[in-house]
Amino acid sequence: MAIQTLLGAVNDALRTAMRRDESVLMFGEDVGLKGGVFLATGGLQKEFGKERCFDTPLSEDGIIGAAIGMAMNGMRPVAEIQFQDFIFPAFDQIVSEAAKLRYRSGGQYTAPMVIRTPYGGGIRGGLYHSQSGEAYFCHTPGLKVVIPSTPYDAKGLLLASIADPDPVLFMEPKALYRSVKGEVPEDYYTVDLSTTRTVLEGDDVTVFCYGAMVPVVEKAAAMAAEKGISVLVIDLRTLLPLDEDGVVEAAKRTGRVVTVTEAPRFCGYAGEISAIVAERAMEYMEAPVLRVTGFDTPFPNTLEHHYLPDARRVIDAIEKVYSF
Amino acid sequence: MTYTLDIPFQMIDPDGASTGAELPNLTDAELRELFVHMQRVRTVDARMLKLQRAGRVGFVGSTVGQEASMIGTAAPLRVTDWLWSGLREGGAALMRGLPLGEYIAQMYCNAHDTAKGRQMCNHFQHKGSNYPSWSSVIGTQIPHGVGAAFAAKKQGKDEVHTIYFGDGATSSNGFHSGMTFAAVWKAPAVFVCIHNGWAISVPSAAQTAVARWTDKGIAYGVPAAEVDGNDVLACYNAMQVALERARAGEGPTLLIVKTYRMMGHSSSDDPTVYRTAAEVDPWTKRDPLTRFAKFLESRGILAEGEAAGIERELTEETDSEIHKQEAAPGMPLRSLVEDVYSEVPRHLMSQYNSFIETAERHGEAQKGDGAFPL
Ligand SMILES: Cc1ncc(C[n+]2csc(CCOP(=O)(O)OP(=O)(O)O)c2C)c(N)n1
Ligand SMILES: [Mg+2]
Repeated sequence: MAIQTLLGAVNDALRTAMRRDESVLMFGEDVGLKGGVFLATGGLQKEFGKERCFDTPLSEDGIIGAAIGMAMNGMRPVAEIQFQDFIFPAFDQIVSEAAKLRYRSGGQYTAPMVIRTPYGGGIRGGLYHSQSGEAYFCHTPGLKVVIPSTPYDAKGLLLASIADPDPVLFMEPKALYRSVKGEVPEDYYTVDLSTTRTVLEGDDVTVFCYGAMVPVVEKAAAMAAEKGISVLVIDLRTLLPLDEDGVVEAAKRTGRVVTVTEAPRFCGYAGEISAIVAERAMEYMEAPVLRVTGFDTPFPNTLEHHYLPDARRVIDAIEKVYSF
Repeated sequence: MTYTLDIPFQMIDPDGASTGAELPNLTDAELRELFVHMQRVRTVDARMLKLQRAGRVGFVGSTVGQEASMIGTAAPLRVTDWLWSGLREGGAALMRGLPLGEYIAQMYCNAHDTAKGRQMCNHFQHKGSNYPSWSSVIGTQIPHGVGAAFAAKKQGKDEVHTIYFGDGATSSNGFHSGMTFAAVWKAPAVFVCIHNGWAISVPSAAQTAVARWTDKGIAYGVPAAEVDGNDVLACYNAMQVALERARAGEGPTLLIVKTYRMMGHSSSDDPTVYRTAAEVDPWTKRDPLTRFAKFLESRGILAEGEAAGIERELTEETDSEIHKQEAAPGMPLRSLVEDVYSEVPRHLMSQYNSFIETAERHGEAQKGDGAFPL
């Protein structure tokens, strides 16, 4: 097994999928010779040619709309949206078309495709290179939403997404692209969608998180351990459809729950977790179910490190529910 | 109706000689000013790249090679006209009145930045000369400019809305809707496509299958012309024609301004990965500043060696502003929740307050960061 970055694992997954299956195509803006602005598609055009890894005109609506047609006609398209912030020109194609095609055709037509896109803050990109828009998409029945936080999961989840019969939005935490490293098997493998991952075992407080917030929560959990609080950390990794039973079980185990997201708070994903816990595990709760999130503001630029939840804010919430 | 406007493509050839086309009616002093504006753009650009390499500013979208395209086209605008920009028109804003200090403050994203440090670097605005804030989302400003032109017409305001964007942006939905609407409404707008050959690593030939970019106007019913974007006077002249058409109620014009992006897409891009020196080199010989300097020298408007003196002065002017901005403070924490709405709503006050509570508990709040009274 090789040690890889999360970025390397994404590249590895794409290469593995393209080697296995001729129908897998990789396209988007600057994914060809340049290999993507983050280099996630580096070397793919060289190996698979312009026929299978190619640049498109500058239209996200075109990229996703065309991907749907390709998927309807025998291909397995993997479309890259350069930054998740630029996905909105394609919102209609994703929400009205890709996500609803199976339903509206009674299952006669489907769009098995993957949309890969880097999301989240931490690169000083300001309000149009930093957003975490998962909540918009999790409000979209018919779509799957996946966010890895380790190299191993990045490869396995991406390969599972490409093999999946339904459209998957695969959001890559750009803050972790090069900062996390881990062992990644060389061969083909998948990580099942709609399963959670236990990052850290613990008995006192349960913290749910995903993507770039996972290392932040791990840090907070280490701080908590020093104070004698044992934290169960769960990486949700597929936001839609969520492994609800896994969430409920993890919540019941400690009776104290915090959810951490970098996205804005109101109508955000953390609220959904709180609601599930309230509906299905209320009688087990020893404390209010808390959220640690970004502000309900656009994503800032120079002050991004204040906007993004950090270990201090997470440990504060952990202590609050612990001592309630 | 013809959709190709009869406008000279070039007025000064790459050796600085007149092509014989009738020149715009500019005094010697005005011609010299155009050169100074172009040189300022280049000087500031070089300084910003240096600051970026030194880690003082985060990101630079260089405009080397494109100085004539922005200065030439923006120079004939009236102050009341609007300039809807993309990434690279900051130099035009400088010419139209954006103080250099504010430009640099934006690059530093500090408290002197009129956008309060909220946008990433290289995203300028200047209300005083009608240069609105641009989002990074390619093509979105195009229909905005059209709507504003429509509003101007409705209110009887004598304004033209000039809308700048790149060759890549012509593939965006914004271009399609903007062109469609402007033509149907006969809006007083000018579409200025700065065709610099590239959209990051994607060559312009991969954006469209049309061979003549002016053909893009035909399908929308928007008359178009192509000009040499490295020839400042050809750009000036073309824009004058387009502005006159708009003011006369004849509707929008599309200008294809052919130039070349000499550097990478931005300070984060290495262009050698996707293009060859053989492609770039010929453009060095077409440099817009050298060309115009030769032209001015041949007419005695610029003395030999004067250009170097201008450059030195501009460098000093830029460095002195940089020093001031280096010393400027960052934005206060409260700005995190301000300007989201006209007033800070209650839920944001309380989100901010609990954030400050945490900062105070960890001994990290600064004086002046205090909570909102709730
Ligand atoms: C909607 C959208 N998609 C993608 C991007 C990423 N991006 C930033 S600049 C750029 C290329 C723009 O090319 P062009 O319009 O020719 O302008 P230029 O950079 O050459 O001035 C791309 C793809 C973006 N900012 N917005
Ligand atoms: Mg371009």
